[in-house]
Amino acid sequence: MDWLLTPTTTGEKFTLMVIAIVLFVLVMGVILFGIDRIKRAPVWLIVTAFLGPTLLFVAFGLVYPGIRTIRTSFYNAKGTAFVGFDNYVKAFTDDQFQTVLRNTVLWVVIVPIAATFIGLVYAVLIDRTRFESFAKTLIFLPMAISLVGASIIWKFVYEFRPDIGNIQQIGLLNQLLVWLGLPPQQFLLNQPWNTLFLIAVMVWIQAGFAMTVLSAAIKAIPDDIVEAARLDGLHGIGMFRFITVPSIRPALIVVITTIAMATLKVFDIVRTMTGGNFNTSVVAYEFYTQSFRAQNAGIGAALAVILFVLVIPIVVYNVRQLRLAEEIR
Amino acid sequence: MTVIPPTSLIDEEEGDTRTAPRKLSRAEQRALAVKGKLSSPWASGLAIIIAILWTVPTFGLFVTSFRPRSEIRTSGWWTLPFNWEVTLDNYQQALFGSSTSLSTYFVNSIVITLPAVVIPISLALLAAYAFAWVDFKGRGILFVAIFALQVVPIQITLIPLLSQYVQWGLAGSFWVVWLSHSIFALPLAIYLLHNFMKEIPASLVEAARVDGAGHVKIFFQVLLPLLTPAIASFAIFQFLWVWNDLLVALVFVGGTPDVAPLTVRVAELSGTRGTAWQLLSAGAFIALAVPLVVFLALQRFFVRGLLAGSVKG
Repeated sequence: MDWLLTPTTTGEKFTLMVIAIVLFVLVMGVILFGIDRIKRAPVWLIVTAFLGPTLLFVAFGLVYPGIRTIRTSFYNAKGTAFVGFDNYVKAFTDDQFQTVLRNTVLWVVIVPIAATFIGLVYAVLIDRTRFESFAKTLIFLPMAISLVGASIIWKFVYEFRPDIGNIQQIGLLNQLLVWLGLPPQQFLLNQPWNTLFLIAVMVWIQAGFAMTVLSAAIKAIPDDIVEAARLDGLHGIGMFRFITVPSIRPALIVVITTIAMATLKVFDIVRTMTGGNFNTSVVAYEFYTQSFRAQNAGIGAALAVILFVLVIPIVVYNVRQLRLAEEIR
Repeated sequence: MTVIPPTSLIDEEEGDTRTAPRKLSRAEQRALAVKGKLSSPWASGLAIIIAILWTVPTFGLFVTSFRPRSEIRTSGWWTLPFNWEVTLDNYQQALFGSSTSLSTYFVNSIVITLPAVVIPISLALLAAYAFAWVDFKGRGILFVAIFALQVVPIQITLIPLLSQYVQWGLAGSFWVVWLSHSIFALPLAIYLLHNFMKEIPASLVEAARVDGAGHVKIFFQVLLPLLTPAIASFAIFQFLWVWNDLLVALVFVGGTPDVAPLTVRVAELSGTRGTAWQLLSAGAFIALAVPLVVFLALQRFFVRGLLAGSVKG
């Protein structure tokens, strides 16, 4: 029965998968039909049956580990001695970590703004044109791609070949430079610009999300407002500035905050493209290296907690804006 | 009961025909106004530039994946029309070559993904039902608590979970990946499905209750059929998220080739064989193929899910 834990052949793997699903369905079925059999089951029993598994999962997998990590963040690297706020002090003052924090701020500021701006402009430009759905799919496609895949796609765009003799560039961006008569660049190595070239990948991915949500919001602007503004002589950029943007403000805020949260946790791009070298690391990646490479559990936990704390104001702002929007309605 | 008063039907149709032309012409007017805006060459030029910027990188790697190794190393993919040489060798090598053997990892990705989609959706459906249609004390607080858990970054949970799995002797198996993905998906899934469930008119559920249907019957016969689109949109989300995930897989099964998914292997290749573009390009597209197909086929549901206010991370 070893293969239940460590299947090796394709057949064993698929069998295990089917067993897992069937087992799960069986357990759920027993719970449900057990409940159904009991005439006039008390409410607490029903709630336990329907909510119990979920609460168990969440308590085991989110709440308890979260508390453990917060505790670890006040202990030393091996978790043997209490060190108070030392890990946090180090995370904010150490040179290496300051670069990490600076990069994270850059990511969280640039990605949401750039992605939302591009998404918004594109949504307005293609609104109600003949190619709208096709044009949308083009921008939207990167959303389906894994961050690893996107990183490889862009690493190839940035690929560098030394500028000697007959060697030709194979990366598109460097070829463009060469065509313009400029020397090719090591985009992923040259500091401090390399962080910006990593950020571009995330913008490329998130613009599709912004475009989709904002496009739906634009379509929901009442016709009479648009018409009235047009009768008042608003066109083109004026319409965009004074009618479109104010009308979709709630959607804009949701988009910006959502992208900011996703960006805060970005890990795959940095790992795949530079491995955090050349001063490109961010908090979410540094957490991984400190925890699993450097075996420094204390700092790793502190970074994870910092990540958690950074998310909270964004969420609170988001929820408050949503509330406000609902009140206005 | 089944007799529908014919007059109301006709009335509705008449109403439709009366308002339809006015509405249409209005929409047309607006479309025309927008056309006027877009016909400015700057606007369409900008749209085309963005569209090109967003597609060319992917297209370039796609073309590269079909070029022979020697060609990839010496010339850019844009020269393909001038020296036309295409091959499927890269895919052959990436999938079955002994140094990469992505076919094994492809199987792992499938085996990881399916249960990691089915399990959280079923659990979340039950929980969402309890939150939406069962009246119990503390319901509001509990729901807010689950909703708030969406905020917890998964990073904060990884190390304690891993040490727990190691203690149980389960680390590096499919079981822990399924379990972890299910846990991480639950808060968002419950929130989304609860929102959709609340939209179903209460009178439907009440009527079924009066007819003597129990919770299980209401759940399966009244609610489930109406929820299919919502379930589909979350299923696509979760599918893309699990298939594309790197962090969870890396932490829990990164060191086990028999379990690790495609993303882990492709990322590893990018690190160790960063210049072997014939492998990387083919490998990337092997990893991209499934989500792209799913996404293009079910885009409608995906957009619906997005607009319901949801992105996870």
